[in-house]
Amino acid sequence: MPDEISVRITGEAGQGTQTIGDALTQIFKSAGYHLFAYQDFMSRIRGGNNFFEIRVSIKPVHSPRRRADIIICLDKPSVDIHKKDLAVDGMLIVDKAKFGMAGIEVSMYDVAFNEIALRVANDALYSNSIACGLIAGLAGLDFAFVEQGMQAVFGRKSKEIIQNNVNSARAGFDLSLENPHRKMFLLPAVGKDRLTGLDGIIVLDGSNTIALGAIRAGCKFYTAYPMSPSTNIMNIVAEHAAQQHIIVEQAEDEIAAINMAIGASFAGSRAMTSTSGGGFCLMTEGISLAGMTETPIVIVDAQRPGPATGFPTRTEQADLDFVLAAGHGEFARVVYAPGSVGQAYSLTIKAFNIAEKYQIPVIILTDQHLQDSAIDAQALDPGTSPAKRFIISKEESAEITSYKRYALTDSGISPRAIPSWIQDVIYVDSDEHDESGHITEDAEMRKQMVQKRLHKKLHGLLQELEQPMSFNTNDASVILLGFGSTLGILQEAAQALEKWKVGFIHLSQVWPFPGDEMLKLLSGARMIISIENNAQGQLARLLCREIGIKVGKSILKYDGRPFDIDSVIEIIKSELQL
Amino acid sequence: MEINDFKSSEPMAWCPRCGNYGILTSLKRALVKLGRQPKDILLVSGIGQAAKMPHYVKANCFNGLHGRALPAAFGAKTANNDLTVIVTTGDGDCYGEGGNHLIHNIRRNPDITVIVSDNQVYGLTKGQASPTTDECTVTKIQTAGVILEHLSPLALALSVGAGFVARGFAQDTDHLADLIFSGINYKGFALIDVLQPCVTFNKKNTYEWYSKRVYKLDSSYKPTDIGIAFQKSLEWGDRIPIGILYNVSKPAYDQKTCPAV
Repeated sequence: MPDEISVRITGEAGQGTQTIGDALTQIFKSAGYHLFAYQDFMSRIRGGNNFFEIRVSIKPVHSPRRRADIIICLDKPSVDIHKKDLAVDGMLIVDKAKFGMAGIEVSMYDVAFNEIALRVANDALYSNSIACGLIAGLAGLDFAFVEQGMQAVFGRKSKEIIQNNVNSARAGFDLSLENPHRKMFLLPAVGKDRLTGLDGIIVLDGSNTIALGAIRAGCKFYTAYPMSPSTNIMNIVAEHAAQQHIIVEQAEDEIAAINMAIGASFAGSRAMTSTSGGGFCLMTEGISLAGMTETPIVIVDAQRPGPATGFPTRTEQADLDFVLAAGHGEFARVVYAPGSVGQAYSLTIKAFNIAEKYQIPVIILTDQHLQDSAIDAQALDPGTSPAKRFIISKEESAEITSYKRYALTDSGISPRAIPSWIQDVIYVDSDEHDESGHITEDAEMRKQMVQKRLHKKLHGLLQELEQPMSFNTNDASVILLGFGSTLGILQEAAQALEKWKVGFIHLSQVWPFPGDEMLKLLSGARMIISIENNAQGQLARLLCREIGIKVGKSILKYDGRPFDIDSVIEIIKSELQL
Repeated sequence: MEINDFKSSEPMAWCPRCGNYGILTSLKRALVKLGRQPKDILLVSGIGQAAKMPHYVKANCFNGLHGRALPAAFGAKTANNDLTVIVTTGDGDCYGEGGNHLIHNIRRNPDITVIVSDNQVYGLTKGQASPTTDECTVTKIQTAGVILEHLSPLALALSVGAGFVARGFAQDTDHLADLIFSGINYKGFALIDVLQPCVTFNKKNTYEWYSKRVYKLDSSYKPTDIGIAFQKSLEWGDRIPIGILYNVSKPAYDQKTCPAV
């Protein structure tokens, strides 16, 4: 009996691999299992080949596997594409009649999805639900969980559609009972404790948690130009907009988006925008404007592979160098790189607070893998207290009759007033300016303003670092190093190789660089291996630039796909000559 | 409110006789008539000679990036509806670099007033062609004359749904002050293109050139017919109309709703 199974469902775009994925995620979550689910899809609405993969376990799981135990093919091309990814002793399920296959290989198993769907529900589309029932049955789940999952996903549809889905799933479930390989995939039963504590467990992905974090932080103005893989954040904020009194506006381009957000922030709202690398390029002058005018703003760069259009629906971590330097001129900024749905939530909230407190642009650097991967997690505490603001309150404002927007202070932070709240007027300028915001060409004033925007703010920001997460770094034979979405890989690899003294360090804040803490953690390290989804080892280079420590090796992946845990462990083992 | 309430102590960086002085005077007069305090008024600008205007008025000022005044103004107005938001921009800033934002903010219809100092030339960068430069004008870059079609900004605005479209002349400050006042009172996006002589770089479209050609739309003109407004917006050359070409009420951004889905 395995501790976990990985199941892949594949077909062409439009065959509903995403819907079936949602259903399976809900089914296994209801049954109390831990899961990690991700989508691999092409940049098209119909045709091609997409797949959904779910890893189900009795222990928490955070990353993809190299091979799937069960692969369900919904169309014939999928068979040849995915055959190579089948685990030893795995089962690849085909519809022999529909695919027109004369014979099948030993590892294959025939299910007449098409014929059953037509018989049970009079529509071949229900093949999906048959597959759901089949998988749940093979894993040994009670059918009640399948019904729950179907209800969760199709609950808004008509009664007839729900019933057709349930009937189809039942047919698939029944088939599993007669499957000769059934015992191969039966999962251990979930403990009673887990089942009774399931109430607060929901399925979350990075898009969800960033959107919910923004709402929790009191974001009242959200604008973006749609761009994969960032668009879902805006979709989710838009769903909550009316209830939470958030203005959500689709901009005509990313330049408009960031300038709108800066205008809204200047006028008093907490504001955010999101994009991917290409759109982020267009935003860079705006980032510089936020730096110069000291206007708080939160920007998500959900990375995808570049350059240019690159792979629109795939993943990469190659914008690190770019976001560190984006925008002309020198000014303080913060870059967070959350590695989990939990970090995505808490760091989004922190991003709003730090942006407002220091009056700077804050960038949340994610990627397609984090945005779109789903995991079982404790429901987020929506909180009741309003977000703490770092502006001059309305009450205090009423008394202010003389105001300088850029008053020089030791911290570099000038108390920020909101226009129309105070009795005086506020001047803000993208030109170099004096304390009152008027244009100046004075050399001494220029120096003081640069120090204010850069050095003084950086000094404060270093006191508020999100410190790296570390595990087993003392006396480690090797320390794995990463940032952003590779956290799950680092965690699982270090756990699996714990007895060989493998530890890890994960940075969820890459700028300002937590140099002191990294020096402490890495002093005495025998070997450092950086694991990055880019072609240059950009984090390793940053480490060297900031604290002069070189990594021994970088495990780099830049084919647009996320790391799988098996391959990473294999590479580390060979490096350690295990 | 008096003119002095809007007086700024900032030294002026415009050339003597610049058309912008007339526009500045008209703007201040309109603000006096409006009666709101400086703290409740926000002037937003991009970059260019016209974009310096907010510094010469005592009112809130957001002087942002070249071409990007409109998105910033939209954000500010939407976030803080208490502000009277006025954009002071130029033909390069608004019709060139920021053309895309002009189209889409007209479609959004936020309650803002956009005053374009249209001198038909790039002043800050010393004399290159702008979108409204007359065809065949010779510049340091367009050495054989401008071959691009002259943009008709008011026709563009009408075509994308602007509800308030006007043209003023920087020399006629009383008339322009009235236009600006009407624009501010219009609930929605109000575009006021102002013929602004550039005494340094535009030797063709001078005070005299404009004075010979402009005529005021009189009380017999009804600014509610889009067809006639289009004709007027394209009238250029020997006779150039000034006044409110089009003025119809439309739901503004914060008033628009769709039937429940």
